[in-house]
Amino acid sequence: MDILGKRKLWYTISTTVIVIGLLFLMINGLNLGIDFNGGTLMEFSFAENVTSEEVRAVLERIEIAEDSKIQQSESAGEHGVIIRAKTLESEEIVTVDNAIREEFQSAEMLRTEMVGPTIGRELRINALLAMIAASIAIVAYISFRFEFRFAVVSIITLMHDVLITLGIFAILGREVNTPFVAALLTIVGYSINDTIVIFDRIRENMKLMHKVPFIKQANTAVVDTLPRSINTSITTLITILAIYFFGGASIQTFMLALFIGMFAGTYSSIFVASPLLVTWQERISK
Amino acid sequence: MRYKQKRRIKLIIILAIMAFAAFLYFQHGINLGLDLQGGAHIVLQAQPTEEREINDTVMSGIQSVIERRVNQLGLTEPLIQRQGSDRIIVELPAVDSPNEAINTIGRTAMLTFRNSAGEVLMTGEAVKDARADHDQYGRPVIAFTLTDEGSKQFANITRQYIGEKIGIYLDDERLTNPTVQAVIEERGQITGYESIQAAEEDAILIREGALPVPVEVIETRTVGPTLGSISIQKSIKAGLIGLLLVAIYMVFYYRFPGVLAAVILAIYGLILMGTMAGLQATLTLPGIAGLILSIGMAVDANIIIFERIKDELKSGKTLRAAIDSGFKRAYTTIIDANVTTIMTALILAYFTSGTVRGFAVTLGIGIIVSMFTAFFVTRNVIDIFAGSKLLRENKSFGVRKG
Repeated sequence: MDILGKRKLWYTISTTVIVIGLLFLMINGLNLGIDFNGGTLMEFSFAENVTSEEVRAVLERIEIAEDSKIQQSESAGEHGVIIRAKTLESEEIVTVDNAIREEFQSAEMLRTEMVGPTIGRELRINALLAMIAASIAIVAYISFRFEFRFAVVSIITLMHDVLITLGIFAILGREVNTPFVAALLTIVGYSINDTIVIFDRIRENMKLMHKVPFIKQANTAVVDTLPRSINTSITTLITILAIYFFGGASIQTFMLALFIGMFAGTYSSIFVASPLLVTWQERISK
Repeated sequence: MRYKQKRRIKLIIILAIMAFAAFLYFQHGINLGLDLQGGAHIVLQAQPTEEREINDTVMSGIQSVIERRVNQLGLTEPLIQRQGSDRIIVELPAVDSPNEAINTIGRTAMLTFRNSAGEVLMTGEAVKDARADHDQYGRPVIAFTLTDEGSKQFANITRQYIGEKIGIYLDDERLTNPTVQAVIEERGQITGYESIQAAEEDAILIREGALPVPVEVIETRTVGPTLGSISIQKSIKAGLIGLLLVAIYMVFYYRFPGVLAAVILAIYGLILMGTMAGLQATLTLPGIAGLILSIGMAVDANIIIFERIKDELKSGKTLRAAIDSGFKRAYTTIIDANVTTIMTALILAYFTSGTVRGFAVTLGIGIIVSMFTAFFVTRNVIDIFAGSKLLRENKSFGVRKG
């Protein structure tokens, strides 16, 4: 199987997906939730069906957050309603909580989240810092265990996976919150993990097959580790899908991000990382 | 004979580890995060005033007032801790009306007695005790007692303002505005409450004192008990389905070694639970996702090992030799691959807080346990079965003839 020979094709596929994603990122941007932008979210469940108009009527009566976004939800398996408003005072939250529970006998408060603007700013900064710190740590470790070029290629691969995940989320317009940041970092860890298993084999082949050209050493490594790459991604994706479908609405976005990222991660470790090493090698020998 | 003895010892060690893990699990149980058991997570930030800037003394003052207020709520294991230079995190597990509790905790609760011009005559520092009670007409009130110093002060004030109104304020909210009928010294009442509960809430605030500076509630996350238990049920179900599907896939692909892998996965799950319990780590909803993800990583380690053994078998080695060199070559791969994931988990834990940190911690613990399982449990389980016919069959490890 000649995987590395067709590297132009793999580069084209990746670039196309990333460019489309970036376009959406620039035009639509990410749908940032209250963790990033600040705001209030209250979710209630009811025994009977309650429309958003009925809920809005309550908010209008108490004159708090009349302009909030109200939508039906089903995370509790019953009739639920989610109210999204700007950042509210604790007293206002209590008033809303009490008013809803007085108006609808069966109402139960499922969750309330209030995030001030300071916290949102900190999250954005910390998410970026965590990404940078993780990248530096990974480059350092791979340079130490392998070679510097392996480290550079790993970082490019990892940016590939993160960009694809961000791009697809921009296309889908799904709301992202703190768990999305955790998902991105997990993708980073997983993608590196996947890439290293192949790099490890290339390192081994560089010793065992030192007479053959680098592209051959690398291609053998990719083909030999293919069963592992496929089996591992299948088992991981199976668990992710299981949580996505049965784990409840609150972790669906998190799981969707992991699914996209891990899929991209498996693709990139086979079709991007090793081809980039070969391209690098060719540039040097010219 | 020597081989059989060794095998027995290995089996005993594995069983002992499993028993220890089970003991830890049943002894300590798993700490559930607020998102799973229900409760409130509150972040408060102290606001400097013109008179007071934020320093260590002020923060300790705020912390002790909040601790006293929280204790009045009668909850089990509330957590109050300082974060950074000007923040306090309060966690209230299993609180009945979380939003009201937050409202009570975050109040500055400065009690003032003011004249009709709005000038402050006396503050809550003069109050020794305050209790919710009913007055002679059966109305809910707060009955308060003043300190010795306060009694003298209040006697002077009431003497001066007799026949006039004195407003009693909690922060900027006027609780009552009675007309002074007589000189009052030690005891007084605050009327105007609709219920005894409302009177009790304010009585706690007055009794436990005001915060030295106002605080701003900058983040709150509350989860009702229903959502918590729904989340647990759903994620356990999801986890079991995931595990089952993975086990089926492994058996389908690797045959008998796949069965061993499924057993090893179960052992891994047990050791993981024991470790979580032993370390008293807190399990959050994203944490469960982290756990399930680490199952993926644990399977991966086994896949790497099996694929290596398969390669060695293909190159014509005997089963024993193939197992030996397969493990040796898989070690470096597994270590290199997992170290980077552990590093990202550590970094994530450092930069985040709350439920996401729970995710990072569980993922980290999961990966470390999975490495231990791969290097110790998988190795010994395979060794134990190395002599059996089941592993010697050609189809094992998915090796195909020719």
